[in-house]
Amino acid sequence: MALSGIQIYKLLPQTNCKECGFPTCLAFAMKLAAKQVELSACPYVTEANKAQLAESSAPPIRLITLKGAAGEVKAGNEVCLFRHEKTFYNKPGLFVRVKSAAGVAEADAYKVNYVGMDFTVDGFAVEADASTSLSASSPAAYADTVKAVRAATKRPLILLSKNPDVLQAGVSALPGEKPLLCGADASNWEKLADLAKASGCPLAVSADTVDGLADLTEKIKAKGVEDLVLDPMTTHLGKSLAIHTQLRRLALKNTRPVGYPLIAFPCNAADELMAASQAIAKYAGFVVLSEFKPETMYALLVLRENIYTDPQKPIQVQPGIYEINAPKPESPVLVTTNFSITYFAVANEVEGSGLPAWLVVCDAEGMSVLTAWAAGKFDAERIAKAIKGFNVAEKISKKRVVLPGHVAVLSGELEAELPDWEIRVGPREAVDLPAFMKQALN
Amino acid sequence: MPIEIPKDKWTGKVRAITLGATAAEGGTRASVVTVGGETSMPYLHFENPMPNPPRIAVEIKSRKPADWSRLLEETWGEALNDPASWAKAAEAAGADLLVLWLTLEDSPDDAVKAVKAVLGASGLPLAVFGPGQAEKDNDLLVAVAEAAKGERLLLGICEDKNYRTIVATALANGHLVSARSPMDVNLAKQLNILITDMGLPADRIIMDPTTGALGYGIEYGYSVMERLRLAALQGDSMTQFPMLVTVGFEAWKAKEAKVGEGVPAAWGDWQTRAINWEITTATALLESGADIVVLRHPESVKRVKAAISELMTA
Repeated sequence: MALSGIQIYKLLPQTNCKECGFPTCLAFAMKLAAKQVELSACPYVTEANKAQLAESSAPPIRLITLKGAAGEVKAGNEVCLFRHEKTFYNKPGLFVRVKSAAGVAEADAYKVNYVGMDFTVDGFAVEADASTSLSASSPAAYADTVKAVRAATKRPLILLSKNPDVLQAGVSALPGEKPLLCGADASNWEKLADLAKASGCPLAVSADTVDGLADLTEKIKAKGVEDLVLDPMTTHLGKSLAIHTQLRRLALKNTRPVGYPLIAFPCNAADELMAASQAIAKYAGFVVLSEFKPETMYALLVLRENIYTDPQKPIQVQPGIYEINAPKPESPVLVTTNFSITYFAVANEVEGSGLPAWLVVCDAEGMSVLTAWAAGKFDAERIAKAIKGFNVAEKISKKRVVLPGHVAVLSGELEAELPDWEIRVGPREAVDLPAFMKQALN
Repeated sequence: MPIEIPKDKWTGKVRAITLGATAAEGGTRASVVTVGGETSMPYLHFENPMPNPPRIAVEIKSRKPADWSRLLEETWGEALNDPASWAKAAEAAGADLLVLWLTLEDSPDDAVKAVKAVLGASGLPLAVFGPGQAEKDNDLLVAVAEAAKGERLLLGICEDKNYRTIVATALANGHLVSARSPMDVNLAKQLNILITDMGLPADRIIMDPTTGALGYGIEYGYSVMERLRLAALQGDSMTQFPMLVTVGFEAWKAKEAKVGEGVPAAWGDWQTRAINWEITTATALLESGADIVVLRHPESVKRVKAAISELMTA
């Protein structure tokens, strides 16, 4: 539970030595409560009180980091139930479940671009293959599989087995890494807690109730393992939504035994895409998929990006000149702002019409046309700068630029900025662009 | 000691609203659909059971759409040419209700003819949406509302530019309105106030907060819906309406769904991706509070239906 300024003050030396940079210990305590300073600024706080203060300021959901041969995946540190309350911070890692190295290189190399960002798969969950023969699930066989997967990817791994010896073999095959051990349940938790402690790897715990999870984490924490992940063991859409919501609510109320990220296994669900979509929007920190399919991975990566976008900061597209429907030198030049929704509205309409065009996206600090204009971020000077800066004139034969109808007022100033260009005023709404392009621009 | 599961105690309740009217109620529908009535955030049955499942509407058009994806054309086939056959096919595909979307080319007579044909072909409750240009919507919807008096149609698109006409005709002819606002909590609320101020009973309003497809602004629609639903549960009467979202319209506009050629190889198989686009958009919005999702592809209908039935069981 977060402490108030007064509660923190009681744990400080109360000497008003000023070495922290504040005139009194109380002033420092208030700043600490507001999380505006670090406790380390006080040289005299006792070790015992320091521990107590650190505990109280710990985030409600512990940050867990998986380390691969290269790269990390983080989950946790979330602070809200609904993204509009603040934002969701650590995008859930998308892992592909594999039983061998087959297909790993292909999934590892996957890269897809979405509004100027490249997305990839985050890692792999290596499952001991018990189906081929008994010996295949043996520790030695598992270590071989893990090594083979590691040869095909450097991304972080999740080790899937209930058998402590198998997991031990997997960990030994990954020196210097922090894979997720997945994991512990009521039957094997003691051995896995020992393994997690010895290896420093995070450990997933499985139970199908909140109480069952809390019971396991408490017992494992008592053995000195703190990096835990919760597996509520359901892929049923109704049940998983309920328990994920309950766990997030409890964690945000500082219920420490469940203050850990969640792992979800849509790979076991009746409808994997639906379950994975839910896991992304509803609080999972790690998501395990049954296989790599670009058409599914792309949809999930985009959903994750959308849900984890900071609602306070509009998504922007990269300013620049965008080619729509393979424009030719005589195709029209359209201008808009770099607010993603504005860009998509314009680009979609033009694209849907099949008419070729050059779309010049100005840096308007991610605002829509009217908002940017009102804020002085979308004026004749900026538009002229974009047109000159992106060397638009070199690509075209007809120096004619179409302004959004909402900023018709800028046409005079833009003529002054771009004296050898014809300035045309287009429609106010993107939806009317195709008709305008057909009728007015020929 | 067992951990106590935190439950939110809400004071507000979303209105339960019925679409369609049977013969006994002055219409001709074989069945009606009731949505809304929630007293918690979506599907948190441990807190309060959700009284009515969300419903799937299938979008059909008064004439063959010129700009629909080839995948949709192939799946609906000949039915696209005839609203009555299309309605039957949509019902067979599992629709709970139909949305007949009129076009700019329709005259009021054409619109009435199409509506009558659909009402004759299927007993499902019906929504009729205009093409989305305020004046044209008024012309078409007034004619439709009069011709289908008493059916409890859901009339759209009712927005700030044309709500007076649409609400007046809904009021006169016993229909409902779909109040559409552009992804903004306050604008949604304001439109609902204007509509109820005209005297339309609050049990005849569905709100359409507008959304974007996956990748095209879904996060705005998603959060606006969560905020509207939270406001409703907190007791704000003018947000206590079931929500409808035109998922199919948005998702199939996205290049990811619409086209199969000239796109990056990393997008994968077209058919699967297109359905993925529609159902991922639908799932996210159902979980943020949608009561009616309007879909286009029969495969999406099937899968979203299965998801709803899982979500409705604890």
